[in-house]
Amino acid sequence: MTERVPVLKIGETLLVSIQTDLEDQMVMDLQEDLSNRIVDTGAKGVVIDISALEIVDSFVGRMLATNASISRVLGAETIVVGMRPAVAMTLVELGLSLNGVRTALNLERGLKLLRRLGAERA
Amino acid sequence: MTAEINTRLLVEILTARRDDFLAQWTRTIGDDLQGRLSLAELGHELGELYEAVLKAISIGGLDGRGEHFGEARSLLIELSRNRARQGFTPTETARSVFALKEVLEPSLAGEAASAQAYLQFARLLDDLGLLTTEAYVRTREEIISSQAEQLLELSTPVVKLWDGVVGVPLVGTLDSARTQVVMEKLLQTLVDTDSTHAIIDITGVPTVDTQVAQHLLKTVVAARMMGARCIISGIRPQIAQTIVALGIEFGDIPTNSSLADALRQALKEIALETEDDVKGLL
Repeated sequence: MTERVPVLKIGETLLVSIQTDLEDQMVMDLQEDLSNRIVDTGAKGVVIDISALEIVDSFVGRMLATNASISRVLGAETIVVGMRPAVAMTLVELGLSLNGVRTALNLERGLKLLRRLGAERA
Repeated sequence: MTAEINTRLLVEILTARRDDFLAQWTRTIGDDLQGRLSLAELGHELGELYEAVLKAISIGGLDGRGEHFGEARSLLIELSRNRARQGFTPTETARSVFALKEVLEPSLAGEAASAQAYLQFARLLDDLGLLTTEAYVRTREEIISSQAEQLLELSTPVVKLWDGVVGVPLVGTLDSARTQVVMEKLLQTLVDTDSTHAIIDITGVPTVDTQVAQHLLKTVVAARMMGARCIISGIRPQIAQTIVALGIEFGDIPTNSSLADALRQALKEIALETEDDVKGLL
């Protein structure tokens, strides 16, 4: 039985805080859980906090992009927050640019950005 | 046996005419350096060296690589380090040793027996001369590498221009090592100052080719992944022409000709965001 990454609901927002390095199975589970929760709760925004991650490989990088696309299809905006400088540099060297994924410096700014996007939609 | 006789002969003559030889040695080098080093200082340096060499020869003979030459060698290394730092040429440094040959030549090269001793002593001086050159080169390399390091640190400041805006004035050519340093510093500063906008000013970058553009793009993409927007400013007319001629695409990265315009744009965006924030709260 592998660990699962918790998906927390705060109002119309889902918060995914990744605290440990991800194994492949956890990544697949997270994608499953997240899409189910978005439909169940009718969330309008998803914040994925990766500030605890020291290593992000291309698999996790692709997962972030895929999750963003899935959420968008389901009507929720995804924002990835708290990427560490070293992680950003590694991803650039790997040739990943996470185009199409919104990012913010930290959780606070991510939530603000979501609110702003919500205001634009309203 | 002859080696020992030669050694004894050398020690005798070097001890007997010490003051004479030393004065002449100092004078020869003093003429070479043309007053860039005071004679007193030079005399003191060479005196120490002379004593060390003399002692080493009397203890263990003429093998310059032997252990008994340790003191003489360290004195020589010290001497060439100083010369390298003071900006003397390698020739001038090596001459400090070779000049002793010229000094001894008149008194030794005349007779057959002492001529052999002289040749052996000359070989010893050759070894010591090579040692000075080696130490000289090593010191120079140390100086160069420490300067390169200093340059890397000096030339990549990241400054906070406004609340939420940091600036990176780039000076000099961007290679991959510098890009790494700039990127690291910029990203860390973004986190530390909680900034959402970064302005990379390339006024001081002499040329922008595909390589440099590639490095710039990498930096911008990395900053964007962390949630900051980058603006490239300070693009000079010639650089704009080269960029277009080379077909370099900056995509949706905003570029500007002046830092002032870039700052204005960043502040405008921040103001808009704050306005939206308020709307979102209502």
